[in-house]
Amino acid sequence: MSKYTEDDLREELKTKEYEYGFYTDIESDTFPIGLNEEIVIAISKKKEEPDWMTAWRLEAFKAWKEMIEPEWANVHYKKPDFQAISYYSAPNSKPKYDSIDEVDPELLATFEKLGISLDEQKKLAGVAMDVVVDSVSVATTFKKTLAEKGIIFMSISEAIKEHPELVKKYIGTVVPKTDNFYAALNSAVFSDGSFCYIPKGVRCPMELSTYFRINQAGTGQFERTLVIADEGSYVSYLEGCTAPSRDENQLHAAVVELIALDDAEIKYSTVQNWYPGNAEGKGGVYNFVTKRGLCEKNSKISWTQVETGSAVTWKYPSCILKGDNSVGEFYSIAVTNNYQQADTGTKMIHLGKNTKSTIISKGISAGKSQNSYRGLVQISSRADNARNFSQCDSLLMGNECGAHTFPYIEAKNKTAQIEHEATTSKIGEDQIFYCNQRGIDTEKAIALIVNGFSKEVLNKLPMEFAVEAQKLLEISLEGSVG
Amino acid sequence: MELKEKLVSSFLAFEDNIDVHSPVHDIRTEAIKTFETEGFPTKKQEAWKYTSLNSILKHDYSVFPKNENALEFKDVKKYFIHDIDAYKIIFVDGKYSSYLSQTTHDGIDVCLMSSALSKPKYRPIIENYFNKIAPKNSLSSLNTAFSAEGAYIHIPKNKLVDKPIQIIHFSTGSEAALMLQPRNLVVVDENSHVQIIERHQSLTDNPVLTNSVTEIFADKRAIVDYYKIQNDKQTASLIDNTFVNQKQESLAKVHTFSFGGKLIRNNLEFYQNGERIDSTMKGITIIGDKQHVDHNTLVHHIEPNCESHQDYKGIFSDNSTGVFNGKVVVEKEAQKTNAFQANNNILVDDKATINTKPQLEIFADDVKCSHGCTIGQLDESAMFYLRSRGIPKKEARALLMFAFSNNVLDSVTIPEIKQRITKIIANKLGVNIGFEL
Repeated sequence: MSKYTEDDLREELKTKEYEYGFYTDIESDTFPIGLNEEIVIAISKKKEEPDWMTAWRLEAFKAWKEMIEPEWANVHYKKPDFQAISYYSAPNSKPKYDSIDEVDPELLATFEKLGISLDEQKKLAGVAMDVVVDSVSVATTFKKTLAEKGIIFMSISEAIKEHPELVKKYIGTVVPKTDNFYAALNSAVFSDGSFCYIPKGVRCPMELSTYFRINQAGTGQFERTLVIADEGSYVSYLEGCTAPSRDENQLHAAVVELIALDDAEIKYSTVQNWYPGNAEGKGGVYNFVTKRGLCEKNSKISWTQVETGSAVTWKYPSCILKGDNSVGEFYSIAVTNNYQQADTGTKMIHLGKNTKSTIISKGISAGKSQNSYRGLVQISSRADNARNFSQCDSLLMGNECGAHTFPYIEAKNKTAQIEHEATTSKIGEDQIFYCNQRGIDTEKAIALIVNGFSKEVLNKLPMEFAVEAQKLLEISLEGSVG
Repeated sequence: MELKEKLVSSFLAFEDNIDVHSPVHDIRTEAIKTFETEGFPTKKQEAWKYTSLNSILKHDYSVFPKNENALEFKDVKKYFIHDIDAYKIIFVDGKYSSYLSQTTHDGIDVCLMSSALSKPKYRPIIENYFNKIAPKNSLSSLNTAFSAEGAYIHIPKNKLVDKPIQIIHFSTGSEAALMLQPRNLVVVDENSHVQIIERHQSLTDNPVLTNSVTEIFADKRAIVDYYKIQNDKQTASLIDNTFVNQKQESLAKVHTFSFGGKLIRNNLEFYQNGERIDSTMKGITIIGDKQHVDHNTLVHHIEPNCESHQDYKGIFSDNSTGVFNGKVVVEKEAQKTNAFQANNNILVDDKATINTKPQLEIFADDVKCSHGCTIGQLDESAMFYLRSRGIPKKEARALLMFAFSNNVLDSVTIPEIKQRITKIIANKLGVNIGFEL
């Protein structure tokens, strides 16, 4: 009997092609390439936005022009040419559908291939979908059920039109439009995204989810998500991404803003599987995302992410713990293979008293990939009794990959309690031996160990998402996750 | 005039007093150019994110002390580890003090950098080792440019140095503000063993800035045991750059005890060029007032089967700031590396700050690397336990803090240093107890 070894696994990883790499041929309404003030105005006009929004975009664009691309991250890539990108593309068949039958059948087939067909989803009670194909919301389901509760869940361009007071009040409050290079770019040219508002004291009855797809050759996607949980409310938001195979690099620069008012709770889960490039590291998506949440009194924001895709990932979901007794959590699994590079982590800014934060980060690197954890825990001088626990574990498969940890810890309060731990290891021969000894073959043993390694994070995903996460992990590390 | 310009222009004056035809001088000229382009590091640089040199660069330092000052041994005796017999290399205001020193050429060379740089018999060593591992960054280059004096220690093969070597730099305050740039070279050949104690001490309240570079080479199976005692005046600042190059099976330990000075920056770097090397770097930092201590460490694991151990403890009170920036790099070839890094801190007052950044960069898969970092307070229940047994609050607190930092002292091999450090800690914590309970 041939033995399944780590080498076999590595071999398998190398040859595993991106199975979701297909490209749907939908006629698109695409802007000319390049970026200037006219384009920004044109995007705004296209979206029928009010003047204040156009002005806001222009301000962001002005700031962006002055900024330079950040280079501190531990990733190396060919910088995208921002003048060679088309900043807007929308599926041509634009009318809003009343029923799912009217949706372009080719598009439906795309979703079916992804295992998230709309009609199936519709029947699956509990999940409302706001499907985004290339920047424009195509179908929104369960809107009615949500509306009864007073929950607003729509695309952000609709929200700008229908609820300008809410958008105007909160947009850019957590991630200012001049926050960083990519956030400024996003603020100037964001095409669409989701908007969610949970009214006071409402517990959102279902998991909200959005699927983002990049579907048009040569277009970057600039999503903007804004989630507001009013006092005492609760929402669990899911976001998943898969992208078709592309040869040239695609740029994805999203901004996600979460606002948890007093006593509110937001749970934000992400499964990310953008096209990582082929085994030679050619192609793949650049994922430069700014995600940040603001916690008011007694509120809680929890980020969970499973990152398996993208050629280059640059992503730090953060929590500003402004209110007293607020809680921030970050659970992450980042898997890199072949030539993927990930620089990801979190920032926990403790401003309020008795604030707590937990960081659990698991990095798995295989092939020739580089996986970095970069995090900041900051305790301000007024944040009495702040508590932080961080754990960053890395698992290395093969000696051509790298695992890096860059934690920044800044404490200015004597009552702060901070713990940080990091370990790096490979799958131990003794661990595999132990399993073999008990009649578990090597393949199963590796699956068991990797599964156990990432269990703490997988457990945090909502049930509805667990299947999807499992599926994506399988693609990245086939044969190792059971 | 800005300090940078002053230093660059003083280089010309410096050239008048040295042998400009020696090969070392080419290195110096190169180095001053590097410094001229780079200038002093600023907070914009990642390695200096938490430490600003602005406050110490504003003084009008005199770069070359004018006159020689003599010191009486009885006045400075307390700064020596005087209860043991030791070789001594003593400098007063940057000038060698033969009166206070005790050097040797008997089998080993414990002498001066100035003579090593000028005498032909030392030339092979200087050519092989001088400025070979110091990185070409601004502060090391600045020191290299002005390198003229310091300690020169060469231990040939198979020698067990009979007693420790003490290097002390005194500054007398005869200048309104003084900048010192000692340059030390320690070469330990195969199977040899040496213990070195280094201290910088200002005797008055006049500002002093020391930018010191020490290069240490440990050949096969050599053992180097290095202690840095930093307990200086509130007006003295120190930038200590120490670089250690190790060959196979060698063991190098650097202990850094930081209790004082206005600003202390320790750049400590280990390069492991061989297998089965062991590197240890430990430190205790206990500061208060507006003091600032920054430990910036690097261990570069290049070959397989090596180990490194880092353990830094810090206690910060008043307005003090502590920085720990530790980095472990494990190269692809360095399989079976064990690298451990720990940084534990206690914040005593609300205005004290700690910034810590323990980093791992790992390119090999079969390694065991971990780092742990904590910031916290003293255990309330332990405190209660001691108080309930009649130990006053202050003493109980001191006992717990001593216990907190004690495992750094465990690896100190000279008992007299252990005693001295214990005394300094008791002093720092304001109690009059010996901790040998």
